[in-house]
Amino acid sequence: MSLKLEHVNYIYGSDTKLAVHALKDICLEIPDGQFIGLIGHTGSGKSTLVQHLNGLLEPTEGKIFYDGRDIWEKSFSKKELRSNVGLVFQYPEHQLFEVDVFSDVCYGPKNLGLPKEEVEARARQALRLVGLSEEYDKQSPFELSGGQKRRVAIAGVLAMRPKILVLDEPTAGLDPKGRDEILGQIAHLKRETGISVVLVSHSMEDVANYVERIVVMNRGSVLFDDVPREVFGHVKELEEVGLAAPQVTYILHQLVECGFAVDRQATTIAEARDTILNALKTG
Amino acid sequence: MSIIEAAHVSYDYIRRDEEGNIEGEVRAVNDVSLSIAPGDFIAILGHNGSGKSTLAKHINALLVPSEGTVLVDGKDTKLEENVWEVRQSAGMVFQNPDNQIIGQVVEEDVGFGPENMGIPTKEIWERVEESLKMVGMYAYRKHSPNKLSGGQKQRVSIAGVLAMHPKCIVLDEPTAMLDPNGRKDVIRAARALNDVEGVTVILITHYMEEVIFADRVFVMDEGRIVMQGTPREVFSQVERLQKLRLDVPQVTLLAHELQKSGLPLPDGILTAEELTAELEKLRDAG
Repeated sequence: MSLKLEHVNYIYGSDTKLAVHALKDICLEIPDGQFIGLIGHTGSGKSTLVQHLNGLLEPTEGKIFYDGRDIWEKSFSKKELRSNVGLVFQYPEHQLFEVDVFSDVCYGPKNLGLPKEEVEARARQALRLVGLSEEYDKQSPFELSGGQKRRVAIAGVLAMRPKILVLDEPTAGLDPKGRDEILGQIAHLKRETGISVVLVSHSMEDVANYVERIVVMNRGSVLFDDVPREVFGHVKELEEVGLAAPQVTYILHQLVECGFAVDRQATTIAEARDTILNALKTG
Repeated sequence: MSIIEAAHVSYDYIRRDEEGNIEGEVRAVNDVSLSIAPGDFIAILGHNGSGKSTLAKHINALLVPSEGTVLVDGKDTKLEENVWEVRQSAGMVFQNPDNQIIGQVVEEDVGFGPENMGIPTKEIWERVEESLKMVGMYAYRKHSPNKLSGGQKQRVSIAGVLAMHPKCIVLDEPTAMLDPNGRKDVIRAARALNDVEGVTVILITHYMEEVIFADRVFVMDEGRIVMQGTPREVFSQVERLQKLRLDVPQVTLLAHELQKSGLPLPDGILTAEELTAELEKLRDAG
């Protein structure tokens, strides 16, 4: 069930003087069951790219295939695509509107035209998957905390049973615990259901801690597409495009300069701890 | 004299039903007393819903206490006749850069505040120029704010507050929506106006790294101040902070993990330099 982008170009206002070439020759494949981080500074084309994944924008040039089929062919149902590729926007809690949590999560599957029992079963499962127990079902979504609201919004997309879940900065504005909870739930979800997750984030630490592959965007092109250790090895290049490496990477670089035999490519606290302990023992 | 003096401040949000009857009350700030000296760089931490934004809104009289008093530069915020002066003394910058810019051109936006204060035109332009230079946005003075990045917009918002010559500026999660570079630029601008201009800065944030150079850190929970001290004192208490749904800077966390694995490191390491120096000591001793 992969999603494949072939030489995708997108130009905003292509027939005007103000044309902006937002995506340039993007080739990318999102296979089954992968946790992918998408990073890039403001205006690098991340959001434009994300909106191509579920057919909200049509490429000016190039093709997008879902499960081998061109999504812009007439016979391809956008409704089906959007139930398979779920998109959670920034600040999704602003889109909550129902009287209680359960009804809000039912809204998506109900619109798919599913029978009532199926709709409710999906909503129930989605809410449990994001870690909200039954006691929240009848509460107004507006009385929940920021992190809880966001989980309701994510459940609303999960209830569509997507094969690919795309989240645009799901932790913006949350406190550190709320951030860890959301990302922990998403990682858990990925393990439980085997779906693919694309995480758009400005936090290099979050990306380093959770994803297995990082796609770096710059000026509408893919700059790097690799495992975190490799991508964060390019500290200079990342800084040049307005990004950074995780903070532990900087610490390790500094230690190397001072003659410690540590692994510079460690990207998480646990990896950094282990390589420092090792270096001290053998040194 | 302190620039901000809060004495036993409590604030209740009152929920009303459609007829206006009181449905319930939530005490968002609970008996908070604090005093901030002119020229300090203060950070306020706390999880979502801990009351930090509610407290911040008291500093420029967007909210007035249900109980207790807040004095800004000696003026009681509760008195209607003080509101203008209080807002001139204490400016505020919010989280979302798109909600606080109104001008069509950067320099017009920055001039809006002083213009409203009735400042003569010539002086407005002087203030606009000086404020934009302060935040490193002077080169963009003729640009449309729409074309700026989030970090640039936030710096324009800060310039807009600076142009009113405040004694104190409250930044309520100014970097929450920004990319790493934008975040760095905004924090750099805030530090510069504190260091160079001596403006009192009160920074509310979820990014622990942004507060390591603050003079004092306050941690809020359930409307109260539950911890306060220098960054080193506060961040030494890793487990306590985690219980409060917070975090410590990554360097501090790494040092804490190394401590737990048996390395004799001091508490509250805040920078990569400190950690490197401590590890070098250990290596040379071993």
